[in-house]
Amino acid sequence: MSSWLIRGARIAERADPVDLLLDDGVVAAVESGLSHRGASVLEADGLIALPGLVDLHTHLREPGREDAETVETGTLAAALGGFTAVHAMANTDPVADSAGVVEQVWLAGRDAGHCDVHPVGAVSVGLRGEQLAELGAMADSHARVRVFSDDGKCVSDALLMRRALEYVKAFDGVVAQHAQEPRLTEDAQMNESELSGVLGLRGWPAVAEQAIIARDILLTEHVGSRLHICHISTAGSVELVRWAKARGVNVTAEVTPHHLLLTDELAATYDPLYKVNPPLRSRDDVEAVRQGLADGTIDAVATDHAPHALEDKETEWQAAASGMLGLETALSVVALAMVETGLLDWAGVCDRMSTRPARIGRLAGQGQPIAVGAPANLVLIDPAARRVVDPRALASKSRNTPYAGRELPVRVVHTFLRASPTVLDGKPA
Amino acid sequence: MTRHLLSAADLSRDDALLILDTATELARLADRPIKKLPTLRGRTIVNLFFEDSTRTRSSFEAAAKRLSADVINFSAKGSSVSKGESLKDTALTLEAMGADGVVIRHEASGAPHRLAGWIKGCVVNAGDGTHEHPTQALLDAFTMRRHLGNLDGRRVAIVGDVLHSRVARSNVLLLRTLGADVTVVAPPTLLPVGIDGWSCAYSYDLDAVLPKTDVVMMLRVQRERMNASYFPNAREYSRRYGLDAARMAVLPDHAIVMHPGPMNRGMEIAAEVADSERSVIVEQVTNGVSVRMAVLYLLLGGSESAIGMEPLPAELTGAEGGAT
Repeated sequence: MSSWLIRGARIAERADPVDLLLDDGVVAAVESGLSHRGASVLEADGLIALPGLVDLHTHLREPGREDAETVETGTLAAALGGFTAVHAMANTDPVADSAGVVEQVWLAGRDAGHCDVHPVGAVSVGLRGEQLAELGAMADSHARVRVFSDDGKCVSDALLMRRALEYVKAFDGVVAQHAQEPRLTEDAQMNESELSGVLGLRGWPAVAEQAIIARDILLTEHVGSRLHICHISTAGSVELVRWAKARGVNVTAEVTPHHLLLTDELAATYDPLYKVNPPLRSRDDVEAVRQGLADGTIDAVATDHAPHALEDKETEWQAAASGMLGLETALSVVALAMVETGLLDWAGVCDRMSTRPARIGRLAGQGQPIAVGAPANLVLIDPAARRVVDPRALASKSRNTPYAGRELPVRVVHTFLRASPTVLDGKPA
Repeated sequence: MTRHLLSAADLSRDDALLILDTATELARLADRPIKKLPTLRGRTIVNLFFEDSTRTRSSFEAAAKRLSADVINFSAKGSSVSKGESLKDTALTLEAMGADGVVIRHEASGAPHRLAGWIKGCVVNAGDGTHEHPTQALLDAFTMRRHLGNLDGRRVAIVGDVLHSRVARSNVLLLRTLGADVTVVAPPTLLPVGIDGWSCAYSYDLDAVLPKTDVVMMLRVQRERMNASYFPNAREYSRRYGLDAARMAVLPDHAIVMHPGPMNRGMEIAAEVADSERSVIVEQVTNGVSVRMAVLYLLLGGSESAIGMEPLPAELTGAEGGAT
């Protein structure tokens, strides 16, 4: 295995730039003026080194929709976005509700080699919300599943949710809830607001998210388990999680980059590029999730990277699939929404995009500070760079980015997975 | 100015008045022995109807034919998805056929906006989902002006399923543009969230509104709402929000009764009200043709859309029916 010497990168732990030696999968040295015979050298003047990013919420679409994304293309997109680990959501076809499917995805990730792939297991068989999937078998499989979710659908049955929360305690699992009360959101198309009324698009009210979060916080407290809330999108949801944490309930939450930046006004274009579930919310909601992420109420940024084939987006709004790409723009959007606004510094970004998501997913080899002996999973970014998003230039198989043509800050320059480069100078290594 | 008519909000006051005044001129044609104008000869207008609507489609067809346009009725019953062809492919087909204008009716809100992004011709929204129906609002305004003159300060009550009504949305926007004071009246379940931000007043109490109303427009209540807990049952709805003879009696003497059709007689409107002297419901249908002629004429008649330009086209005022 070759070794790499990175010269003059800034890291959160030090005031001055420092050299990093990556060797044999780990960070071998962190000092000034390092040299190492045979090591490939990268000049990192002006770059910041962060622990590799960890995504709790990625749709890789394999198996089933390989026309929209594959493990290969999705994980390459992840590496180019600075990620060294992703959690692959379970709503594939077939559903990842058995040891066989999660192992298939896990193996495909290992073969691709662009980043670690940690399959999420379905909570219920076929995501149908009726019967628990074999959570224990998935936990015990080679994929070592710890995060379970019916994402895309809410575990709306209170009893099934209670049982899932109880059951995962046996292997330190977590239930990641897609909080959406189904009856309140039948055929829902966009945030319920004055605008939804004007546009004639059926509303998705904030209360449909909050009602489930409130219930699940109480269930989690009652059975003493661990709950994670996916893609929190409303001010009221942030309040509920804040309240739960103050009570000592073991709840964590994530927010997507798009909910940190975009608002429901984009629905007025009727362009389904902006259709996503949960929907884009109001300016007040965006402010609230930013504040929640800044003060730590929201633990993590998770992309909810949701590739869709062109024909599933080039339609009428109500016929279109929900979801947007996220992996290759996440860090830039967080920089725009959180860093440039002064709400988070880079250490804070590292905490919300690497440290805490790794902890929630129980990933031992990810999200660790850059220090001697730590696994060499890291990303070097240029905080001063800006770039215009070109959908055709993305590694993802799909093109449904809401940021096309938009100038965003920050460029991911190099990504390393256990001391091997996956991305060099912004290109696949 | 717009090449399309997608929303009543696209129309400035001048645009709206130009359409209504043009429609008045065109309405006179209807009394002549030969009703045709040569204006749109050689132009192709496609009626693209994804929902059944014989009334609206025939109205647009008559309007286009009286302007000598070639009309293609492209009926795509059921959704584009169930038909197996996407709206985009349909749009490209129409483009290849050389459509100068497309009149679209679709069950999805915003479908005309999407279509307008895919074709070069002009798009007229003939009703999209629960969003808008701008030509209905124009013909309603036309009808009101015939009976009441200038609409500035006139009080219009729109009663019924505002939540799902594209007629209500377009009327609220257009009537506001024309200076009328609109009040929408419905049970709270059938008013959209955020109604207080609309450019109209709202009320849950029909009886309180009627005595101060110049126009009362009753909206159709769809059958499928009756089993979705928007209200307990048809009888209770009718009792609280239906327009019957007793309620009609409290209207001011000059007030008119409107309905975009098709009516549920005995539900939102009693038969004796629908057939009364105050009812202008049949006239609304007649006026629909003139108003749609005006819209097509102004969008397609010149090399550029005329809506938004100042003077009434000179050719119109002196036009000879059927002249070649």
